[in-house]
Amino acid sequence: MNDAAVIAEDGPGADPEFFVRETEDGQARLDLVVAGMHCAGCLRKVEGALKNLDGVEYARANLSTKRVAVRWNPSRLKARAIIHALAETGFTAVPFDPKLLGTLDEQESRSLLKALGVSGFAAANVMLVSVSVWSGLVTDMDATTRSFFHWVSALIALPAIAYAGQPFFRSALKALRAKTMNMDVPIALAVILATTMSLVQTMVNARHVYFDASVTLLFFLLIGRYLDVQARAKACSAAENLLGLRATAATLIAPDGTHRSIAIENLEPGMKVLVVAGGRIPADGEILTGMSEVDTSLVTGESLPEQVKPGTPVFAGTLNLGAPLIIRVTKRDDDSLLAEIVRLMETAEQGRARYVRIADRAARIYSPAVHIMAAATLALWFALGAPWETSFTYAISVLIITCPCALGLAVPVVQVVATGRLLRRGVLVKAPDGLERLAQADTIVFDKTGTLTLGRPHLVNGNEVAQTDIALGAAIAASSRHPLAIALAAHGKELLPPLLEDVHEEPGMGLEAQLDGETIRLGNAEYAGGEQRDMHGGSELWLRRGNRAPVCFRFEDTPRPDAKEVINALKARGFAVELLSGDREPAVQRLAETLGITVWRAGARPAAKIARLEELTKEGHKVAMVGDGLNDAPALRAAHVSISPADAADVSQTAADFIFQGARLTPVVEAVDVARKARTLVFENFGLALAYNAIAVPLAVAGYVTPLVAAVAMSSSSITVTLNSLRLNLARRAKSPRES
Amino acid sequence: MNILIFLVPAALLLGLLGLVAFLWSLKTGQYDDLEGAAERILFDDDEPEKDEPKKD
Repeated sequence: MNDAAVIAEDGPGADPEFFVRETEDGQARLDLVVAGMHCAGCLRKVEGALKNLDGVEYARANLSTKRVAVRWNPSRLKARAIIHALAETGFTAVPFDPKLLGTLDEQESRSLLKALGVSGFAAANVMLVSVSVWSGLVTDMDATTRSFFHWVSALIALPAIAYAGQPFFRSALKALRAKTMNMDVPIALAVILATTMSLVQTMVNARHVYFDASVTLLFFLLIGRYLDVQARAKACSAAENLLGLRATAATLIAPDGTHRSIAIENLEPGMKVLVVAGGRIPADGEILTGMSEVDTSLVTGESLPEQVKPGTPVFAGTLNLGAPLIIRVTKRDDDSLLAEIVRLMETAEQGRARYVRIADRAARIYSPAVHIMAAATLALWFALGAPWETSFTYAISVLIITCPCALGLAVPVVQVVATGRLLRRGVLVKAPDGLERLAQADTIVFDKTGTLTLGRPHLVNGNEVAQTDIALGAAIAASSRHPLAIALAAHGKELLPPLLEDVHEEPGMGLEAQLDGETIRLGNAEYAGGEQRDMHGGSELWLRRGNRAPVCFRFEDTPRPDAKEVINALKARGFAVELLSGDREPAVQRLAETLGITVWRAGARPAAKIARLEELTKEGHKVAMVGDGLNDAPALRAAHVSISPADAADVSQTAADFIFQGARLTPVVEAVDVARKARTLVFENFGLALAYNAIAVPLAVAGYVTPLVAAVAMSSSSITVTLNSLRLNLARRAKSPRES
Repeated sequence: MNILIFLVPAALLLGLLGLVAFLWSLKTGQYDDLEGAAERILFDDDEPEKDEPKKD
């Protein structure tokens, strides 16, 4: 067995030693993403496998994030053995650096949870005191006791507000510095003013204080905000796991001929790298030795493999299909396709119109309106001759009653329900404003290879070829990793294979084997003696047995099983559907015709895709782009909203707002439906919140709002809004059995 | 009403106790894996957990 084979068996996974960190007490620590850990059983198996290893001190799996932390004694165990042990149990584990993955979100959600705990404690205790005061007001509580209770409230509320209000104060300050408005400005203002006024009222021993309103307000809003961050963090960590699971290291061939693993980012021009059959090419380079075929579909969208031989340039991210290759890493060329993609990504990033979220747009109208109203109240009472203390009290009570508690919950609660709903259906919502933007889209542009299709060929003329030939072809094909061979082998896997001898592959040409003294060849037309007919727009394999006439197997890239339904469903929802592909014209045309897409374009390079998107945008359309390839990444960035399948190129996944998992395309429709429903619910929530204000504001202006009225109005409007948002769940649940 | 002198601090103390317990549970990572915690209760072996790693 040669070196290439050894490494191939070992798998192209990243070398775990890079990710091992040393703890304070001299132990080694490694964090792993584990694929396929879904249930309690898996959790036990993973932890069991790790704890049985000699030297492992600690192993704890996290079922929510699908990650595992292991600590062990480095003198007794190698990191590779840990990954190997998991692989034997049936789990693919990939190391990651916890410092790089999602630490920001985690810190944010932790500090929000702390603030939530503090405000919850304060809200409960202040309310306890407040209810006593409200009962006391109508019975026999004397002024001294009331004053004592007010001071107790102040004692609890002031530090709690100072601590738990920080997320809102900071965000409001940031908005004001940028000279914009967001929902946090009126929230922060109302909380601060209500607290200050209450403190003054407490000092002068007045009847009403609003400490309870301030803290419950913060408590409710923090719940909404925490759930929002949590839902997004969950979707993002799932997306990071997807990327992490495909992270690979390169196999470096040192000058002395030895092989070792190296992280891709450490590769430098001039280094020699081994790429095993079936491995991804780690960097742009030039082939030194080896002949093979390279699948460039992820980079160019081209569905047919490209033949490569020494001297051919190859791109990072493409897949080596045939024989092992040794490549020399070259400097990233400025006119290489990748450089062009990177350049386009940057321009698309700059050009992307800054989208203003619905809540912020509402705040831009709402906040000035509220502040003007409060000022008008002050002026009105002053003009009517009320003392200035009374005028101020009434004006501030207008601010408190209009404080957008329900408005602050209107968007996040819907967002949380929608994100959770989609997560269960295999759609990850990565961008916080993705749902809003998707709800606006009216045009949807698809990429072909890997998006509308599975990116895998399948046999189309199985009925025209004799069963014995299929069995024979499948048997030979089973020993190759070429996509056409894999497709043929899959097609004939239920047929009884003939006994072949001496199967070997000629890179870039085909396979040869012996059967009953006859030579069997399976490969391209030239190799097997067939007559190439490249009119299908697909691709073909020829099989020749001895001197008999060669048989042709024709292949096509399979559309995703539900592609046609999805296109029809999208059209029924009023979308204009387009197909933009980098593949050759016949293949694109036929797919477009099969799926009923009238507007299509073939051979589109990344720049052409962006140009088309800009054209559509100029015509006033909001475009949703669905694509997977590296060549789609700039278009995904440039589109109003973008969706990628889970097996897309890393760059595309990072650029996309949504990621869907699985072989079906239905999640796209699902995402559109949920996004539109979510938008309706958000508007309904705004309506509800405004209706409450319409009733409460006149009361506040007239000076009838007591703390009790404020508490009832605020809690009931918040609860109504939350319940209304939960309808998103109910509606979908009732519908799901019919869909599946 | 003098009883309030004792009752109010008692109520606050109990509330604070709850808050401290919550912050402690948060700090020791008991909210890190809610799904896992829900499943772990079903494991029947009672082997004691080895020490938690220090947060770094």
